[in-house]
Amino acid sequence: MTTGTGAGTSRTGTATTGAAGASGPGGAAGTARTTGTAGTPAGLTQHSGTRGGIGESTLRPDGTLKVTGEFAYSSDMWHEDMLWGHILRSTTAHAEIVSIDTSAALAQPGVYAVMTYDDLPTDVRHYGLEIQDTPVLAHGRVRHHGEPVAIVAADHPETARRAAAKIVVEYRELPVVTDEASATAPGAPLIHENRTDLPQGPPTGSGPGGTPVTGHVPHPNIVHRQPIVRGNAEEAARRADFVVRGEYTFGMQDQAFLGPESGLAVPGEDGGVDLYVATQWLHSDLRQIAPVLGLPEDKVRMTLSGVGGAFGGREDLSMQIHACLLALRTGKPVKIVYNRFESFFGHVHRHPAKLTYEHGATRDGKLTHVRARIVLDGGAYASASPAVVGNASSLGVGPYVVDDVDIEAVALYTNNPPCGAMRGFGAVQACFAYEAQMDKLAAAVGMDPVEFRRLNAMKQGSVMPTGQVVDSPAPVAELLRRVKAMPLPPERQWESSEGADVRQLPGGLSNTTHGEGVVRGVGYAVGIKNVGFSEGFDDYSTARVRMEVVGGEAVATVHTAMAEVGQGGVTVHAQIARTELGVSRVTIDPADTRVGSAGSTSASRQTYVTGGAIKNSCELVREKVLELGRRRFGTYHPAWATAELLLEDGKVVTDGGEVLADLVDVLGEEAVEVEAEWRHRPTRPFDPRTGQGDGHVQYSFAAHRAVVEVDTELGLVKVVELACAQDVGKALNPLSVVGQIQGGTVQGLGMAVMEEILVDPATAKVRNPSFTDYLIPTILDTPTLPVDVLELADDHAPYGLRGVGEAPTLSSTPAVLAAIRNATGLQLDRTPVRPEHLTGTA
Amino acid sequence: MRVSFTVNGRPQEADDVWEGESLLYVLRERLGLPGSKNACEQGECGSCTVRLDGVPVCSCLVAAGQAEGREVVTVEGLADLAERRARRCAGGDGSGSCASGACGTSGAPLDEAPGVPAGDAWSRAARPQDSQAGGGGGLAPIQQAFIDAGAVQCGFCTPGLLVAADEMLERNPDPSDADIREALSGNLCRCTGYEKIMDAVRLAAARQAEEAAR
Repeated sequence: MTTGTGAGTSRTGTATTGAAGASGPGGAAGTARTTGTAGTPAGLTQHSGTRGGIGESTLRPDGTLKVTGEFAYSSDMWHEDMLWGHILRSTTAHAEIVSIDTSAALAQPGVYAVMTYDDLPTDVRHYGLEIQDTPVLAHGRVRHHGEPVAIVAADHPETARRAAAKIVVEYRELPVVTDEASATAPGAPLIHENRTDLPQGPPTGSGPGGTPVTGHVPHPNIVHRQPIVRGNAEEAARRADFVVRGEYTFGMQDQAFLGPESGLAVPGEDGGVDLYVATQWLHSDLRQIAPVLGLPEDKVRMTLSGVGGAFGGREDLSMQIHACLLALRTGKPVKIVYNRFESFFGHVHRHPAKLTYEHGATRDGKLTHVRARIVLDGGAYASASPAVVGNASSLGVGPYVVDDVDIEAVALYTNNPPCGAMRGFGAVQACFAYEAQMDKLAAAVGMDPVEFRRLNAMKQGSVMPTGQVVDSPAPVAELLRRVKAMPLPPERQWESSEGADVRQLPGGLSNTTHGEGVVRGVGYAVGIKNVGFSEGFDDYSTARVRMEVVGGEAVATVHTAMAEVGQGGVTVHAQIARTELGVSRVTIDPADTRVGSAGSTSASRQTYVTGGAIKNSCELVREKVLELGRRRFGTYHPAWATAELLLEDGKVVTDGGEVLADLVDVLGEEAVEVEAEWRHRPTRPFDPRTGQGDGHVQYSFAAHRAVVEVDTELGLVKVVELACAQDVGKALNPLSVVGQIQGGTVQGLGMAVMEEILVDPATAKVRNPSFTDYLIPTILDTPTLPVDVLELADDHAPYGLRGVGEAPTLSSTPAVLAAIRNATGLQLDRTPVRPEHLTGTA
Repeated sequence: MRVSFTVNGRPQEADDVWEGESLLYVLRERLGLPGSKNACEQGECGSCTVRLDGVPVCSCLVAAGQAEGREVVTVEGLADLAERRARRCAGGDGSGSCASGACGTSGAPLDEAPGVPAGDAWSRAARPQDSQAGGGGGLAPIQQAFIDAGAVQCGFCTPGLLVAADEMLERNPDPSDADIREALSGNLCRCTGYEKIMDAVRLAAARQAEEAAR
């Protein structure tokens, strides 16, 4: 496989503007790059000696660039004469802004511009994914700690920082709203007064009101509410021989993608702007940016630069508008790069939640009913809260058959940090609670927890609490069976011939135990996640595919606006083109807004939806190529008119394998190009009162088994092994699929034992915005991660595939919690578990 | 101030450096070497790991002035470092072959200075490289192993991990899993769950041993 836009390839991508502006280092400012814009994305060409189609573990086309340090991330962008932008953020969570004095900042040498709300160029001064409630810069009031108040452009990042520090903002503190009680108390301050966001307009592909938001909220500090009512839970509860209840707390998790929010805005000669940025959805950004700048969308030209992870944290805007504003104001390119501290304030987090559940079962272990109330803290701005509520409620029972269900989920407006999308999106919080309940209920009934789950597991044909029939494989019982059947890691694995290897023990190199007080536990969990955007959203993608002869070879070029955030979308896109068009060389053009929307790299949807769009466009290209062939060669062989024809290995062949023509001859000088939109089956909004409706397009399932060892004296946990079984429908790239499952699994592990943004309940200020204080798993915290991949095709999806990215993030956390409960006998109704929860010193 | 040091075997000079600038900033923003990454800029994530006179350091925590007169190896110089090491192993330095296949060059200066065409990332990338021909195509064995094992997703942690893993394999050509985890515990990765990174390091070690046995 060859990576790069090598000899013989004419397509070198389209965004290489001045990228080669390299003289040696030591220019006037000690700067190596003296002209143009550096680091703008070019196309990725992949040539495969083998077939390299779907189902193979072809290697990433951007792999070589990424291991040599040459892959240009959004923070690597550079432009001659560029300025650095910096954002001044609020130091308090809820306050009236009495005054802002920018004069000292403006007077600082090296400063080119300082802007506040009053300097915004148009009347559109708010944006938002679903509800446009987020001010571009704070106006009269700040609603959360770290809210942008002013922006500065200067010739050095430190100059910009120091100038921002000279801006004097006078705040008058307001009382904070931090939870459901304070949000809905009589006389509670309203986070957003005079809300006009309800109801939303009809959903469109990239327009406002993507997720239907209804006016059924009992209080203005509740963003959205979704009940799911099916059967009669109250009546069913009377049939229950066992009833268990629980109240669960889920902490605030951060995506903690490693590439900080960053990008470069370059003002254009036409009054427009070119923006190079890391995002999950270019067209959604564009829709929100352009009106604030007062520019038509075609004058805001967006190109995806390298994205250092996303996990939902790049669905909302961060520095996009600010960089564009400063670039247009100063007439100079402006780069903004958050540091880690700012990154913790610069994107939404996973909703923390309080979940109250009641489950019932008969003596023979059949679930009778589920009642639940899920309260998600959305923080100061709506972000994706309505859709998160939809997921938490509709998936709130888990992958089980329950006929009688009464669930209510709400998201709050508070003065806490805004929360929105993160991998697993509402389903994660629910899974933590319902899986704890399933263990509790199994114990009450006196059954093995895995057998109890298997007995109640849904399967193809089962009915969701929304009334939706699951019409593709749902191998929940089989996944549990598989994960349980895996061999267990050996007991006392820390023992070696040289004594205890402390690295294998809780506490690790802190050398806190050699096995004393250490007990083992095993726990299981399974989850259900929807794939794709739900609730009637027009969830489509667009693919432009071209086929032509280059250097004596038929080659394909794929152009989409899909955000490659690390998941390997570019790898499978090339595989799909090879499979459909029978070429080996495929160029993936840089994602930009010159092609139609691809939708978001979210909801495990891109392989399904943009992959589906590429497959569809390839099929249309193939038809055109065959038409061309029929015109040129149809008279030479009757099969041109009669047989089912395929493109394979650069040739047109019959379904019997007979070669009719070489693609090089069929195409000749012509290039065949198609750009087309593609949609999955439509979904329907949930009924606002009952939650009934075919709201989701596809479901995905994963099960985990966790093995932990706990030092019960110090409350330290070592996860020894975290095994996963997942149904992926069809693994388009098995290596990438396993990588997704392992990565998602470890994010769930982090949520179980270490990750939590701590918000002071008295001030609503964030206490740990750094990797020193917000811990994510290191390689020492991470165990071996055996993965068992099941492939049961979903006949409704391209190639039978199932979205894979999120399901493993659901069940991982509750499996680890179950294992810790199993080891310690403690109840543990919150996550993450900290040492004090295990030693009774909390 | 002016700072002069050697990066990947090539003398470099940066002018007008503010005293508070880190080595990472000077590499990325003044020398056109953005391969070292800026994930936390507080010494917690390891994405900016480079070798300073052979020793792995977080370049975000090194003041640029501290690098004065010293040798720095970044991810951009890993392939050349590996090549030079391989040549030494093959007896090019007069010491004959080396048993481990991992002679310690400790990031010493490289005689050839291919440098990196600064700011030219994408056009350099245009050189076709065979990513399946283990070790070929101008990549260090550890770089190739990361690609082959699927250890790269978003890739932001990758440069730092490569520098750290390469240094560990230089010291310890036959690491146990626990050794690998310990050596790489200062490098955060958010995408992979580390399993494929373990695979990659094991693969590089195995290939290195195979090479040495030849």
